[in-house]
Amino acid sequence: MTEPLLRVENLTKYYGSRLGCADVNFELWPGEVLAIVGESGSGKTTLLNSLSATLEPSSGRTLYRMRDEQWRNIYELSEAERRFLVRTDWGFVHQNPADGLRMTVSAGANVGERLMAVGDRNYGHIRETALDWLGRVEIAADRVDDQPRSFSGGMRQRLQIARNLVTGPRLVFMDEPTGGLDVSVQARLLDLLRGLVGELGLAAIVVTHDLAVARLLSHRMMVMKDGRVIEAGLTDRVLDDPREPYTQLLVSSILQV
Amino acid sequence: MNAVAQYNFAYLDEQTKRMIRRAILKAIAIPGYQVPFSSREMPMPYGWGTGGVQVTASIIGPQDVLKVIDQGADDTTNAVSIRAFFAKVAQVETTTHTADATIIQTRHRIPEKPLGRGQILVYQVPIPEPLRFLEPRETETRKMHALEEYGLMHVKLYEDIARHGRIATTYAYPVKVEGRYVMDPSPTPKFDNPKMHMSEALQLFGAGREHRIYAVPPHTEVVSLDFEDHPFEIQHFEEPCALCGAEQVYLDEVILDDRGGHMYVCSDTDNCEERREAGHVGVLGTPQEAAE
Repeated sequence: MTEPLLRVENLTKYYGSRLGCADVNFELWPGEVLAIVGESGSGKTTLLNSLSATLEPSSGRTLYRMRDEQWRNIYELSEAERRFLVRTDWGFVHQNPADGLRMTVSAGANVGERLMAVGDRNYGHIRETALDWLGRVEIAADRVDDQPRSFSGGMRQRLQIARNLVTGPRLVFMDEPTGGLDVSVQARLLDLLRGLVGELGLAAIVVTHDLAVARLLSHRMMVMKDGRVIEAGLTDRVLDDPREPYTQLLVSSILQV
Repeated sequence: MNAVAQYNFAYLDEQTKRMIRRAILKAIAIPGYQVPFSSREMPMPYGWGTGGVQVTASIIGPQDVLKVIDQGADDTTNAVSIRAFFAKVAQVETTTHTADATIIQTRHRIPEKPLGRGQILVYQVPIPEPLRFLEPRETETRKMHALEEYGLMHVKLYEDIARHGRIATTYAYPVKVEGRYVMDPSPTPKFDNPKMHMSEALQLFGAGREHRIYAVPPHTEVVSLDFEDHPFEIQHFEEPCALCGAEQVYLDEVILDDRGGHMYVCSDTDNCEERREAGHVGVLGTPQEAAE
């Protein structure tokens, strides 16, 4: 029996007296994709930022099983340890690729940065790895020396994914990974993400307001409203048989073509 | 009784000099670390060496002999005026001979003649932060120094190779000092980087506008960053100095006419003059006896 990768206990975040999210509890298992859904302002992003140690919560703990099998509370790591964890064992895919990429250096250097950060000092190897990853996210090899600002939105997002996955992380956080992309590009990106997640055995936490994204990518989902998790369960169960009135409302408001 | 008001020795007041000396001592104690200091207004504009001048003013004594170079030359505006400044406010002896100087203030070069024990090289630094153009946030770069996160520096070198096929950075080439801090050696050509390694002289860096002082103490390891398969190299010149015939020195290109004529001459004027006095002649030079 394997152990979970992440264990969240009573996570609560207040902004002053205003509630961000409250009393969140869950476990995430290796290779599992968890979707957090809810409408704008429901606390999804606050929760994601707290989980990824971008924000410090007001109370509660997030325990992470490190590569050496030690359970550590991520808020008690030293800054050096946390930054190392963030750029090796974790990934963060931002909604806006410009937040996650260096827009003024080439695609190859964007992918290679994490390798150089962990001490790779062989140009040939870095470049080879970058080319391999560009191929895996379906970016043509002749774009390796182009800057991401010459890329389309979909390509930028795929580049951001490659940049995050190059160090072989075990956990990836995604904030609306398909937001701002048109529908056909979204479909292609989702296809790619689903393939990579399955192939690499990644665990992922995906924040989205798009239930279709949750349906395609995730195994389990949590529905948030006003900072609290109101329903959680297997994705198919929640979407096909929503119990909470609010979830029923969400599911019934999906546009049908 | 002399009623005419005098400048305090070396222009700065004593409290300021003490403050700068404290920063210098800290910088020497932590090689390559940028120490903040309270930079003063100097009677010259930023970019003219206000950092270097403040460092020099704080360490200079009446017995010191000062040499000032600008791009290797003793006779350019910046060098002449700073030399005149200290001759006036500190009444110190000045020289153009590298070997005779105890303090050498420099902009963009290290003298060709190896520096010895007891000499101090003071650099004028425009931008002390090597990571500045890669990461604009000062809060972030300080954190990166503190946590020794220097992967980004290699991203710049990677970009060079991807774009030009080799590391095309020719000046302000980043170095790692004593295996710890990555440092900008000020805009000296990378030709001079090996001279910093294990130098017998004390090297002090002053950035006036940016309020930073850093240092490389004598006998300190200074390693230029590179890749295993693209090692660090200095510039190579095809021809020797046209005036003194010197090789293995850093040369400046001088345009001679509007038909593409040009010559290469030593950037270090003192080195060139000494060689010519010793009888060395380049292809365009005239023997010293004939010139007189």
